[in-house]
Amino acid sequence: MAKKEKKTGLIFFPAFDWAISVNHPEREERLLYTQDQVFEEGLLDFPNIREYKPGIATYAEINRCHICVPNPQNLTTNSHLISAGGAITAAQKVLSGEVDNAFALVRPPGHHSMLVAHGARGFCNINIEAVMIEYIRHKFGVKRIAVVDTDCHHGDGTQDIYWNDPDVLCISMHQDGRTLYPGTGFVDDFGGPNALGATINIALPPRTSDEGFLFALDNVILPILDEFQPEIIINSAGQDNHYSDPITNMNFSAQGYALLNEKLAPHIAVLEGGYSIEKALPYVNVGIILAMAGLDYSQVREPDYDEERIRQSPEVTRLIEEEVKNVMTLWKKKKNLKKQIVGSAAYIRREKNIYYDTDDITEKQIETVRVCEDCGGLVMIESAADTGKKIFAVILPNSCCPECRKNGEIFFDRVNGSQYNHVYFQDRQRDVFIVK
Amino acid sequence: MILGIDVGGTHTDAVLVENFQLIKKAKVLTNQANIMASLLEAAQKLISGDNINNIERIVLSTTISTNAIVQNKTNRVAMVLLSGPGLSPATLDLGKDTYFAQGYVNHRGIPVKNVSSREMEEISNDISEKSIRHIGVVGKFSSRNPQQERDAAELLQKESRIISLGHTLSGQLNFPRRIATTYLNAAIHDIYDAFVHDVLKFISKIGPNIPVYILKADGGTILIEKSLECPVQTIHSGPAAGIMGVLATARIKEDAVALDIGGTTTDISVFADGVPLLEPSGVAIDGRKTLIRGLYTKSIGVGGDSVVKIEKGELVIGPQREGPAVALGGPFPTPTDAMIVEGIVSFGDAEKAKKAIAGLARKLDLSVEETARAIVEKTAAIIADHVRDILTEINNKPVYTIHELLEGKIIKPKILYVAGGPAAIAPVIADNLGYPYSIPEHSEVSNALGVAIARTTAEITILADTEKRELILSEEGKVEEIPRNFSLADAVDTGKKTLREKAARMGARPEDIIMEVTESQEFNMIRNFYTTGKNIRVKVQIKPGLIASGTER
Repeated sequence: MAKKEKKTGLIFFPAFDWAISVNHPEREERLLYTQDQVFEEGLLDFPNIREYKPGIATYAEINRCHICVPNPQNLTTNSHLISAGGAITAAQKVLSGEVDNAFALVRPPGHHSMLVAHGARGFCNINIEAVMIEYIRHKFGVKRIAVVDTDCHHGDGTQDIYWNDPDVLCISMHQDGRTLYPGTGFVDDFGGPNALGATINIALPPRTSDEGFLFALDNVILPILDEFQPEIIINSAGQDNHYSDPITNMNFSAQGYALLNEKLAPHIAVLEGGYSIEKALPYVNVGIILAMAGLDYSQVREPDYDEERIRQSPEVTRLIEEEVKNVMTLWKKKKNLKKQIVGSAAYIRREKNIYYDTDDITEKQIETVRVCEDCGGLVMIESAADTGKKIFAVILPNSCCPECRKNGEIFFDRVNGSQYNHVYFQDRQRDVFIVK
Repeated sequence: MILGIDVGGTHTDAVLVENFQLIKKAKVLTNQANIMASLLEAAQKLISGDNINNIERIVLSTTISTNAIVQNKTNRVAMVLLSGPGLSPATLDLGKDTYFAQGYVNHRGIPVKNVSSREMEEISNDISEKSIRHIGVVGKFSSRNPQQERDAAELLQKESRIISLGHTLSGQLNFPRRIATTYLNAAIHDIYDAFVHDVLKFISKIGPNIPVYILKADGGTILIEKSLECPVQTIHSGPAAGIMGVLATARIKEDAVALDIGGTTTDISVFADGVPLLEPSGVAIDGRKTLIRGLYTKSIGVGGDSVVKIEKGELVIGPQREGPAVALGGPFPTPTDAMIVEGIVSFGDAEKAKKAIAGLARKLDLSVEETARAIVEKTAAIIADHVRDILTEINNKPVYTIHELLEGKIIKPKILYVAGGPAAIAPVIADNLGYPYSIPEHSEVSNALGVAIARTTAEITILADTEKRELILSEEGKVEEIPRNFSLADAVDTGKKTLREKAARMGARPEDIIMEVTESQEFNMIRNFYTTGKNIRVKVQIKPGLIASGTER
């Protein structure tokens, strides 16, 4: 089979000496069998596949996309810095032109970490894709970026960080939130007032198989990407849609994952979840690597693969077709939605209750966004967690307009600091981070 | 006394060593068409009726395997592959006598599909029809469970057939490399077998009880009779001799770089705490990547006889060689000519060298001396740049634990060892690199010296799976039952015990068995949130080095 070979970078960091806890799915053993399979298939000997050692992310790089409470030092261990550093290495190799695309096969994952982070949720402490995205913007001046989250769980952290950013398109395709953690990610989660349509959610019913995923890819993800025209496409590559995953209910296969990556053709893929460590991950990862490198993956198959057993029902097909229709209907109306949602308001408020399942923390948040025609809008967040920490943050967007900047600086200046443990100022445009 | 013989491309060198002192040396021209003749000639220069009884061992390096491969003097081999799903066979580099057969074990060594006896019979018949005598059988993940390779071999076994099994050659994972390794092992069988018998015939004439060893690619020795089981391990015996020679003459203890500067190329090797580095996956030969443990060496296209040209006003050195230096009657100016003009070496016709450099000097609008200096510095700079690149690459080798990433060993050379004809350029290279240099003594026979006092090396790979209650000794092809509470420490003990026995069988003296645990990892296996067992991975090796008391003089 003649395909176009690509130079693919692989950042493989299984962190064989790190676990959340002894029995946790996010443990030392997670990528052990993937390593075995990748080594045994001899993938690292291909002239167009090159392995790189991960870098180590800095706290300043984390402060570009997170408000870590109290600070990133307290929220991360070396494992998080290396996993984010691995994603950064992948981006660096792609954007410098050393490789055509890259796969950061790193752990721990990050896509459930939100803008304000009081602790770990969904096995994630910091959002490694977001740290990487801000690195890409800062270092390479890339403006338009798309993240396609193919993890089985809603990529709620990435969505939260870019909720008000019209230049970062976040598409998450996941198992319906009514049946799975974190319980969010429905069609009408469509982005903040100045970034409508830059957040897209596709909720798929349980027992969706290859057919359904590829249908959503062809009929929602690819057309929207085509319209958005990102300079860089990132796949948040969770592998827990696999039919053998122990904590989800989907029926995706290694072949399906490989085909999805071939069609999506991401510049960078970053591993997220996926906990069927023996029956799925070795095969899914080999499939993705081969697909990214433009090599023949047609023979990659799980030993227990049975097409009939995982075929989706007509009812599942019907639900997916309906979901796809709803998303596309909303997408087509996106230009007219702002007036309808915003009305005459100058600021839009959103209240959120966030639960950190991994660390058992509850947080109450009030997010206020300045309605703006010229940029993503000034964002202010008041957040109080049951750890007793209460903070206030002023966030200036990446292409901040003078009016939002002026307002943001005034708010930061005048905020009554005595009410809060910390007050943060994050200027994504000028790469300034101040805590008081 | 030890007799060490290095069969090189041009010369065959022999040394007699006693208590780590060089007693006697000899050099003869290598007759490539008849390596045995060269061996005999060199040996006979050193041994006599007087000293024969004092020789406790003979150690040889050999180019026989490498030459057989490079010159295609190989056996026709039928390859039987139990490949299962995964990488497409189209991506593998396979010959026409390849058979894909049913049979597959997974990453834990659990059989997924068994070998079919009917299918093997068909393959066997086909191999008979083609009159092929040599067979290689390779299974995916066979280093995790050798049984299917054995089953296939049993079904294929016939009188006159010689079968190589993949799992016996390496414990490492890499199916394509395992295929290449097994193929080469089968392909050089006959020529290597004949060589060993010739050597043994010769030895039985001079002194029947002297054990004979062969130097392997990893710079370790093995009894010649044992090497018949795995002839492929003797590829790259020559380059290994070179590196062991540096170790033997320089007695390296620290991080170091060694250069062997030849006419056409310069070979670069690296030492970490005095131990020569091994290729991470295995050596490559004739474009084939194998799993053969071998010493790391990188050859670059710059040497004393490289052609020096001017392109776009800049000096260009190599990679071609068109003959010796002009001073020695060659056609083009070379770094050696520049060194003669500079006065750092003195041989050949200095006037001719000067004239050759003057031709370049005119084009550069420099004096002859300035040009000679520029050539020497440029040559040194190219070599130094390669050394730096190699170290960067080695130090950036991917690692898989946080501990290794943060605390891993970084090689920082303290000294540069330089051997070879144009070694006089050493100070200039060392200056560029910023660390001191040394030119070891006896460098004209250092390879033979290295061969003589190299120790026996070996490696054992263990995977213990307490959920399966099984332990596999990969290279040995042995599977043992283990209790549920089998621990990492137990696995290390088993590894050491097995390695000790294996090394002894290969001919190691007890005092030379210095073991090192290179991998010891233990993973809790959790299924449905319960611990079901442990997956334990251990590698123990005897690293390349000199025999005992050779390390202290």
